Amino acid sequence: MNALGRIVVPIVAVLIFLGIWEWIVWVNQWPNYKMASPSDLGPAFWKFKHLFLQYGFDTLWRTVAGLGLSIIFGTVIGMIMGFSRVVREGLYPLLIGFNAIPKATVVPVVALILVGRDDLNTVLIAFLISFFPIVVSVSIGLSTLEPEYRDILRSLGASKMTIFWKIALPKTLPEFFGALKIAVTLAFIGTNLMEIVEPHGKGLGHLFDSGKISANYPLMFAVMIALAFLGIALYYIVVVLEQTFAGWAERG
Amino acid sequence: MSGTQEGGGIALRNVTHFFETPDGPFQVLDDFTMVAEVGSFLALVGPSGCGKSTVTRLVSGLLTPSSGDILLGGSLVTGPRPNVGMAFQNPVMLEWRDVVGNIILPLEIVARDMPQKARVERARELLELVSLSGFENKRPSELSGGMRQRVSLCRALVHRPDVLILDEPFGALDAFTREELWLVMQSLRKKEQFTCLLITHDLRESVFLSDEVLVMSDRPARLQYQTTIELGTERSLKDLYSVEVTELLAHLRHQIEVAQGRIGSESQIIDS
Ligand SMILES: Nc1ncnc2c1ncn2[C@@H]1O[C@H](COP(=O)(O)OP(=O)(O)O)[C@@H](O)[C@H]1O
Ligand SMILES: [Mg+2]
Repeated sequence: MNALGRIVVPIVAVLIFLGIWEWIVWVNQWPNYKMASPSDLGPAFWKFKHLFLQYGFDTLWRTVAGLGLSIIFGTVIGMIMGFSRVVREGLYPLLIGFNAIPKATVVPVVALILVGRDDLNTVLIAFLISFFPIVVSVSIGLSTLEPEYRDILRSLGASKMTIFWKIALPKTLPEFFGALKIAVTLAFIGTNLMEIVEPHGKGLGHLFDSGKISANYPLMFAVMIALAFLGIALYYIVVVLEQTFAGWAERG
Repeated sequence: MSGTQEGGGIALRNVTHFFETPDGPFQVLDDFTMVAEVGSFLALVGPSGCGKSTVTRLVSGLLTPSSGDILLGGSLVTGPRPNVGMAFQNPVMLEWRDVVGNIILPLEIVARDMPQKARVERARELLELVSLSGFENKRPSELSGGMRQRVSLCRALVHRPDVLILDEPFGALDAFTREELWLVMQSLRKKEQFTCLLITHDLRESVFLSDEVLVMSDRPARLQYQTTIELGTERSLKDLYSVEVTELLAHLRHQIEVAQGRIGSESQIIDS
């Protein structure tokens, strides 16, 4: 597909999707309180545009902060696990167990422990939900380093740090970005989970919740669309970073 | 032993090696002694698992022997040293670097002050020797197995090591590519100076490339047999089909079977 096609085709697909949606609502004569149609969304966005900007920013920065923590802690823990077999074997069961806990149950617990500290507990949930894939990818990337690399460099007297910077780290980047694509989506879910389950007057989740309370269905749908856009934007930022730093891993 | 006193001769003297395993010490080498004169080419053959790779790791200083001495250029090996180059069966490449970037990797460690331009120049020189001129900026993923192995040889030699260690470098290649690589190895040897220790399980390869073939016994390995290959320096693949070489190969095969313990050392080769 050429460049133009890659832009035009998805847009056409979205337009077709919106058309079908509009048509289904129109054919069934559904009122707004049952199902909003795409043509209701524009006015909803316009009416609440300041709230969308303000709450959208809340959601965005808290997601990014949570993801940032995941990257830092995930990489550090992943590195330790990648280099030390003992730590790896000791931590894996713990991490898997923690990851298995449905995060919806963690949300009220965290909200209770950090009561009133809305930003902190939202960031924390975004972090907790998204760091697992990063730990796994980094530790696997490092522990599967071919022994030949290590032998070639070590026989020349290279230090562990040199081996890490020259080989282990760049070699892990494709896996790392693969995990980051999952993590960014998870962090985003985490933020919204906190905003909706424990509403505290911030974020798009709160706007969604107030739409629910006031039975403003077009607003709820508008929030869903806004969230989708934010999620897509975050995802594609990671894709661009991936192509910049690990584009070599793509096979033609 | 005078030849091992300078340059890059290799000597192993009464080397015994045990690996520590959960089931206790595991002996791999038993009083193993061998000498490679400066500039010579030695092939080491033996049953699989007998300790050939262990010998290479001892020579390169990645392992310390339980007892005995290892000397490179007359001085005792106590740890890794930059005058060794290595290539393995698996020609690992840094996929995010081009061919030149992969070849100059050792220089980034042992010749930090060398200007980048000189490094690239050196890489080009080697690429020409292995008939890969024009591939400087190709990605490893664009190369065939044989080409990757050529690049791996360039990387092993880029820092002008005194000792070249090849651990079954052609083992995974098809027969024709392998023969091409033998010829590449031959031309490298003419232009570059090194003492080579080649591990192989291909007896024809050992005979074609080396000055001496050493047969190791099964584990714990000793030096079981050693023979000089008298084929001169100008060898062609045709030589491998001469009567003398055929007899030599049969003799070596017999030695391998003795090493494997399939037949006693006193039994004779039976002509078929
Ligand atoms: N680090 C190690 N720890 C324990 N055993 C080892 C280790 N490295 C090699 N071995 C064992 O030592 C023996 C010789 O290995 P190696 O030198 O690789 O044989 P080969 O002749 O096939 O190259 C094998 O049985 C192998 O399993
Ligand atoms: Mg081996």
